[in-house]
Amino acid sequence: MNAETYEPYMRGGRPIYHLPEEPHHPDGHSTMLGFWIYLMSDCLIFAVLFATYAVSSHSFAGGPGPHELFELPLVALNTAMLLFSSITYGFAMLVMDQGKKGATLAWLGVTALFGLSFLGIELYEFHTLITEGATPESSAFLSAFFTLVGTHGLHVTFGLIWMATLMVQVSSRGLIAANKRRLMCLSMFWHFLDVVWIGVFTFVYLMGSIQ
Amino acid sequence: MMMSPQTAPFSPIFGRLTLDSLPLHEPIVVVTFIMVIIGGIGVVGAITYFKAWGMLWRDWFTSVDHKKIGVMYIVLGLIMFLRGFTDAMMMRAQQAISFGSNEGYLPPDHYNQIFTAHGVIMIFFVAMPLVAGLMNYVVPLQIGARDVSFPMLNNFSFWMTAAGAVITMISLFVGNYARTGWLAMPPLSGIGASPDVGVDYYIWGLQVAGVGTLLAGVNLVATILKMRAPGMTLMKMPIFTWSALCTNILIVAAFPVLTAVLALLSLDRYADTHFFTSTLGGNPMMYVNLIWIWGHPEVYILILPAFGVFSEVVATFSRKRLFGYSSMVYALVVITILAYLVWLHHFFTMGSGANVNAFFGITTMIISIPTGAKIFNWLFTMYRGRINFELPMMWTVAFMLTFVIGGMTGVLLAVPPADFVLHNSLFLVAHFHNVIIGGVLFGMFAGINYWWPKAFGFKLDTKWGKRSFWLWVSGFYFAFMPLYALGLMGVTRRLQHFDDPSLQPFFIVAAFGAMLIALGIAAMGMQFYVSIRNREQLRDLTGDPWGARTLEWSTSSPPPDYNFAMTPVVHDNDAWWDMKQNGYQRPDSGFQPIHMPKNTGIGVILAGFSVAFGFAMVWHIWWLAAISLASIIGGAIFHTFNYDRDFFIPEEEVIRVEGQRNAALVEQG
Repeated sequence: MNAETYEPYMRGGRPIYHLPEEPHHPDGHSTMLGFWIYLMSDCLIFAVLFATYAVSSHSFAGGPGPHELFELPLVALNTAMLLFSSITYGFAMLVMDQGKKGATLAWLGVTALFGLSFLGIELYEFHTLITEGATPESSAFLSAFFTLVGTHGLHVTFGLIWMATLMVQVSSRGLIAANKRRLMCLSMFWHFLDVVWIGVFTFVYLMGSIQ
Repeated sequence: MMMSPQTAPFSPIFGRLTLDSLPLHEPIVVVTFIMVIIGGIGVVGAITYFKAWGMLWRDWFTSVDHKKIGVMYIVLGLIMFLRGFTDAMMMRAQQAISFGSNEGYLPPDHYNQIFTAHGVIMIFFVAMPLVAGLMNYVVPLQIGARDVSFPMLNNFSFWMTAAGAVITMISLFVGNYARTGWLAMPPLSGIGASPDVGVDYYIWGLQVAGVGTLLAGVNLVATILKMRAPGMTLMKMPIFTWSALCTNILIVAAFPVLTAVLALLSLDRYADTHFFTSTLGGNPMMYVNLIWIWGHPEVYILILPAFGVFSEVVATFSRKRLFGYSSMVYALVVITILAYLVWLHHFFTMGSGANVNAFFGITTMIISIPTGAKIFNWLFTMYRGRINFELPMMWTVAFMLTFVIGGMTGVLLAVPPADFVLHNSLFLVAHFHNVIIGGVLFGMFAGINYWWPKAFGFKLDTKWGKRSFWLWVSGFYFAFMPLYALGLMGVTRRLQHFDDPSLQPFFIVAAFGAMLIALGIAAMGMQFYVSIRNREQLRDLTGDPWGARTLEWSTSSPPPDYNFAMTPVVHDNDAWWDMKQNGYQRPDSGFQPIHMPKNTGIGVILAGFSVAFGFAMVWHIWWLAAISLASIIGGAIFHTFNYDRDFFIPEEEVIRVEGQRNAALVEQG
């Protein structure tokens, strides 16, 4: 370490052991880092599910495979919903920075609608598969498929519950520092789910269809 | 006795819980239950008699103070240790007598539950809470912080760990526990071979505790990275804090795998999926891989903090700077990384092929290099030191001797051809007890003896401490050296009965060793009791009874709620030693109000709902599961509407507390 680092902590050539002013840790100064670490741990859960899918993705047990089951146009539409929701969340953060409470709430509302349509389409897809007889119980491939995609869907569901909570809190208390911090955390969470979905779309649906 | 889920009675209100679920036909369990009830009534009665409920709730259960949470973790670990050790004694007694026509006193079904519960409890609810407790207590003090990054989360994490322990303990009296061994490998743990509640208790106990462990890991990583005192660069952190950083990074990077793999196992059991089944494409070996990807880092999660304790202790009691500080740091980091590259050595016999086995065998052997470097660093620290054989130092020396033996048998097991012979034998059992008792547990005992005066303001009694030490160490050798021999002779683990009477003497010696350990535990209990009784004679007013080197010793014992009246500035990796050498003067003016987090009951409440949720899932009481899950989510959301979470300790209060400390220092001289 260089000498300047120590400069503030010396006085008259002698080390000082307390600063004249208390160093101030502002509220929530570790929150972003902490939440980021949490997200990485969540990412590992998805890593396990991806690995499990990779191992099981050819274990059809005589049942249907990706070719017969996946409808790419529907999934493409679904992907578009989630990607749009990420963009609109980005807009919400931009107007939040400008302190526009109403606009922030409006963009959050739009984001939630996109998120809900994503979930709706996913549930429709699951429903279709199950009525066709392609249930999670029928093969290791389908177990892994439903678990990976369903876990992502569950995360989106929690994201939506969280978003609704934050919308209530922003509308009642405004864009105070604590609420901004919470919106930032949800923002990271939401974009993270987007990234995971891109993995799912590529790895499960696209690569499944070209096999 | 065992019924498949299809034929088991099911009611919408009680799920599959019936009066038959109570193990009334097993006299051992009934007697235990009666004793627990009597003991429980005694404890509750005493707390009520001394009117301590309010104090416990306000000052402890709802506390967000890292020091109190640390103490609660250690209390939890020690209580669960009694349970885990009772299981051990029962196994040793069974194996000592169950030869030939003598079937012993434990039927196989009960014996299998005992060895499973012993493993699970000792790892998850003894070793983990002890390690977490020490890290929680010590790390913020060592880095000159007032608390962890997320104090409320810290309280919640503790209670989730406790909730997992509660769910596991309920299985003793309602239903039964898994008979699968501590990692619940499928297909044995699948719904076909284990249709009743045992494995479900296992899953939900660990899932609930796992949430707590993961969040505690996130919390401490953020704390160490963000809350260090000015001047404390990463390479000036005390080694214990370094070991805590490595451990918590391992927790964050390993526990999600456990969560995911247990979730997949529960899907197999609850939703008829086929991840680990033997049918429809399921792959049981995938479970073995995944659980060990968590399981191997887990053993380093336990041992690294112990290494940290020994590093602090050996420097303090040799009155020397730790030898090779930076090589110690690199060794910790290398072990952290290698922890992820060795998991396959737990199942060389799976049949991955010679090249794969060779790779994992070699990575495993490489771990002995940084570990050996650490041993040499400790020895060189002692070399020409003015060694003071206080209790923590005695545990450290015992560790160095014992752990080296365990390490060498570990390298032996890392050789795949040798492992093919020794796999699943008592040699393996002896090896991991050798490193976990000789490493982790001795480390925790060293740590408890070392930091007890910091936490409570008086030293632990030496006479009973030494008795406990000698009984423990000799007991360990008597209990586990015979198992090495038996393992080499080919005796496999987890056996409830033996045909060959020539093995019996070994098991009798092992049982004798366990008896010595039992006496060691009793002596440790006496040590705590005698120390608390004689606390006035053992009182330390300096806050630095050992002449130690790191920042936690610069404040009073026990430290005030705010730890440090003024944030210390760090110039050296032995910060407190450096302050003492430079004629440090305690500040007596210029105090400011101190910003602190408020206590909260939300952790206890959410953990309580989690116990209800786990119990409901185990017994298929779906309405209760739905209500408790909704309550957990609702409670968490409700808590976020409370924005009033902090307060200031006024300046006058700080001046008053610091004045008392000055008076105490003068009195001590």
